[in-house]
Amino acid sequence: MTAVAARIGKISWTHPRTIGVYGIVLGALAFWLALPPLAARTAALPVVVGILAIAAGIWSWSRDEHRVGGGAIAAGLLGIVFGLLATRSSSAHLDQVVVWSALGAATLRYATPLTFAAIGGLFCERSGVINIALEGMLLSGAFFGIWGAIWAHSWAGNAAWVVGIAAAALSGMVFAAIHAVWAIHLKVDQIISGMAINFLALGITGYIFIDKYGDSGTPGNVGDFGIPDIHIHFIQSWYFIGSILGSLNLMIWLSFLLLLGTWLFVFRTPYGLRLRAVGEHPRAADTVGISVYKTRYIAVISSGAIAAMGGAYLSIGFVHSFNEGMTNGTGYIGLAALVFGKWRPFPTWGAALLFGFSSAIADRLPDAYGNQWGTLFQALPYALTVIAVAGVVGRSIGPAASGRPYGKQ
Amino acid sequence: MTDELLAEEFEEQPPAETPQPSQNFPSKFNGLKGAIGPLITTVIAFLMGGLVVLFTGKNPIKVYEAIFKGTGLNWFFHVGNHSARIPFSTAHMWFPFDTASVAAQNLQQTLLLTTPIILTGLAVAFAFRCGMFNIGGQGQYFAGTIFAVWIGSSFGGMNPLVHVLFCLIAGTIAGAVYAGIAGILKATVGAHEVISTIMLNWIAIWVGEYLFGQQGPLQNSTQASIPISNDIVEGAKLPVFWGLKLLQGLSIGIFVALAMLIVYWIIVNRTTLGFEVRAVGFNPEAARYGGMSVARNYFLAMAISGAFAGLAGAIDITGWEYRIGQNDIAVNQIGFIGLAAALLGRNTAIGVGFASLLFGALINGTSGRQLDPSIFRPDLAGNLTTIIQGLVILFVGLNLTGVVAWVRKRRRA
Repeated sequence: MTAVAARIGKISWTHPRTIGVYGIVLGALAFWLALPPLAARTAALPVVVGILAIAAGIWSWSRDEHRVGGGAIAAGLLGIVFGLLATRSSSAHLDQVVVWSALGAATLRYATPLTFAAIGGLFCERSGVINIALEGMLLSGAFFGIWGAIWAHSWAGNAAWVVGIAAAALSGMVFAAIHAVWAIHLKVDQIISGMAINFLALGITGYIFIDKYGDSGTPGNVGDFGIPDIHIHFIQSWYFIGSILGSLNLMIWLSFLLLLGTWLFVFRTPYGLRLRAVGEHPRAADTVGISVYKTRYIAVISSGAIAAMGGAYLSIGFVHSFNEGMTNGTGYIGLAALVFGKWRPFPTWGAALLFGFSSAIADRLPDAYGNQWGTLFQALPYALTVIAVAGVVGRSIGPAASGRPYGKQ
Repeated sequence: MTDELLAEEFEEQPPAETPQPSQNFPSKFNGLKGAIGPLITTVIAFLMGGLVVLFTGKNPIKVYEAIFKGTGLNWFFHVGNHSARIPFSTAHMWFPFDTASVAAQNLQQTLLLTTPIILTGLAVAFAFRCGMFNIGGQGQYFAGTIFAVWIGSSFGGMNPLVHVLFCLIAGTIAGAVYAGIAGILKATVGAHEVISTIMLNWIAIWVGEYLFGQQGPLQNSTQASIPISNDIVEGAKLPVFWGLKLLQGLSIGIFVALAMLIVYWIIVNRTTLGFEVRAVGFNPEAARYGGMSVARNYFLAMAISGAFAGLAGAIDITGWEYRIGQNDIAVNQIGFIGLAAALLGRNTAIGVGFASLLFGALINGTSGRQLDPSIFRPDLAGNLTTIIQGLVILFVGLNLTGVVAWVRKRRRA
C-alpha cells in the first residue's frame, strides 16, 4: 500500500500527461453518458464532453505529450461518434444491447483465448522469435483439446478436461518445436515458418476432424466433461460484480493467474531478465554466458503450450464443439493485442479486454440492429491495431532482435 | 526510426553461414539449378502427404491418381486426330487434343484456379524483391473482388469492352491502394508490414462480410435472405474462349495472368524501378547511400504488389464467379496459396507460373466437383491440400546447404 501511496503522491495533477489522461476519460464518458443506465437523450451532452476531451488532448499534444494527447483526441472523436449514434437509436434497443453485467462476462469470455494467445506470443517474441503461428497453435489446441477430452471421457469421467488441456498443450508444444527448430537452428525466415505452421495446423486438425467426426461433428455431450465453471457463492450476491465474476470458467481465472505470473516472471526474476536480454541483444547476452539457443527454445515451446491452452478453452470451455478452422482469426487478434499492448503483459491484457469487448458488443448488436452492424464491429480490433502500429497513439516497437536468427561465433 | 537504424549499424554482421533472405531467393533464375530445391521440396511434401493418407488406411497411389485425373492435366497425354473450333469464330481446324472431353473440362477448371494464384503469387514475389513480406494478398484480392462486383453489377448500359476494362482497372487500383496503406505505414513510420497486412486482411474480410451480408449495402436486390451480391451484368464478363460459360469455361483471364508474368519479369529485370526495388530489398542502407529513396520504393513496391492481387480478384469476378457471397469470403484462401506459390517459385516469373499451376491443379483435383468420393473423401482431400501447402512452405524456406552444414558440424562435435 505504501508503494501505491507514494506513486499517487508523485502524480502532478496539472502535468500535460495527466491532462491527457483526463481527456481519455472524458472521451469514454462522452460515450458512456449516452448509454444505459443514464442514457442521455440529447445529442449535446456527448458532443460537449467529447469536445472537452479533444481540447484536453490538443493541450497535452501541444506540450509534447503526443502519445497521451493523441489518445485523448482519438477518444474524444470516438466518444462523440458513438455517443451520437447511441442518442439517435431507441432506448429499447439500447437496453437490449447494453446490459453491462452480461457484456462484462462476455468480454471476459472472448478475451480469454486472446489473452492466452497473446501471452504465449509474448514469451516467444520477447526472446526474439516472431510468432505469427499463434493462430495455428490456438487451432491445434482447440482440436487436440477436445480430442483428448473425448478420448479420456471413458475412463476419466467428468475430469476428462484435464486430459484435454494436457493434450492441447502437448500439441501446441509440438508445433512450436517445429517453429523453434526452423527459426533457431535452421535460421529460416521466421515469418515463413510461422505461416507454414498455420497451414499445417489448419490442414492436420481439419484432416483428423473429418476422418474422426466428419459425418456428425464432435459429440454433443462435450459440455458435461468440459472445463468447469467456478461458482463462487459469496461473490454472486455482490451487486453488479457478482453477475460478472460469480460463475466464470476455470480458464478465465487461470488467465488472471497466468497474467500475474508472466509479469512477475518477465520483469521481476533473473530468468525474465535473461529472456528479455536474448530478445533485445543476443550477442550481449551470449557474452555474459546466457545460452541464446536454450533460452529461445524454452520460450518458443512454452509459447506454444500457452497459446494451445487458449485454444482448449475455446473448444472445451466455451463452445463445447469443434469445427474446421474454428479459431477464424482469434490467434491473429491475440497477436494484435500483443502489438497493441507493446509486448507488456498488462497493457496486452487491456488490449485483449478491449478486443473482447468489441466481440461481445458485436455479438449482441444483431438482436436490436440487424446482422450487418455486428459484422462490421468484428473488424474493430484489426483497425485499432493498424492505427496503433501507425503510431497515432504512440508507436509500437517490438524487441530489437525480433525476427533475426542468431549465429554463434 | 533513428535509433533502429543506429542499432542496425552497430549490430555485427552475421556470420557467413547465416542464410540471408536474398540468398534464399536468388535474383536471377539460374537455369535448372534454381529449380532443384523447389522440386525436391515438392517431392518431399507429396511423399509426406502420402504418408498421411496411408495412416488413414487409404492407398496413397490410388488417391494421387484420382486427384491427378481430376486436375485435367492428363488431357495432354491423349494426342489424337481432333477438330477444334477456333475461339470467337465458327471456323474449325485440326487440333491434336480433344477440346470437349471431360479431361478438357477439368483442365479448364485447373487453369481458372491457376489464374488468380499466379497474380497473388506475383503480389508476394514483388514485395519480396523489395525485402518486404506481403501477407496481405488475401485482403488486396478481396479489395479487387469487392470493387469488381460493385462496378460490374452497376452501369448496366455501358459498352461491354469499356465495362470489363473498368472492372479490371478498378479492382487493380483498389488492390494497389489497399496495399499502399501498408506501404505508406512502412515508409513513413516503419510499421512492420507483416503486422499491418495481416490486420488489413481481416479488415477486408469483415468489411466484405458486412457489404454482402444480410441487409448489407451490396447485398443482392432480389432475395433478402441470401447473403450474396448481385450478379455482374453480361457486358462486364470476360469472354470465355474454351468451354461453355454456363459450365465455368476458361476465360481470357489466363492470358492476362500470363501477360502479367512477363510484365513482372520486365519490371523487375529491365526497368530502373525494378533495379531500385531490388537494391532496396538487397540492402536498404546501401540503396540509401546510392541516392535512392527507400521510403518511395517501399511504397511503390507495396502498391504494385497490391495491384497484382487486386487484379486477381477482379479477374475471378469477371472471369467465372460473376458474384460473391459471404460464404466465399469466409472460405477463400487464394491470397495465401499465392504466398506458397511465390515461395516455391523463388519469386521468379517462370517459377511462380509453374508453382501456380501445381497449386491450381492440386486444389482443383481435390475439390468436391472433381474427386471421386468412393476413392477419397473430397473434404479430406481439401485438408490434404492444405497440409501439402504447409509442408511446401516449411521446406522451401529451408536452405538445404545450411542443413547440411549444421548436420556436419554436429557430427564433428
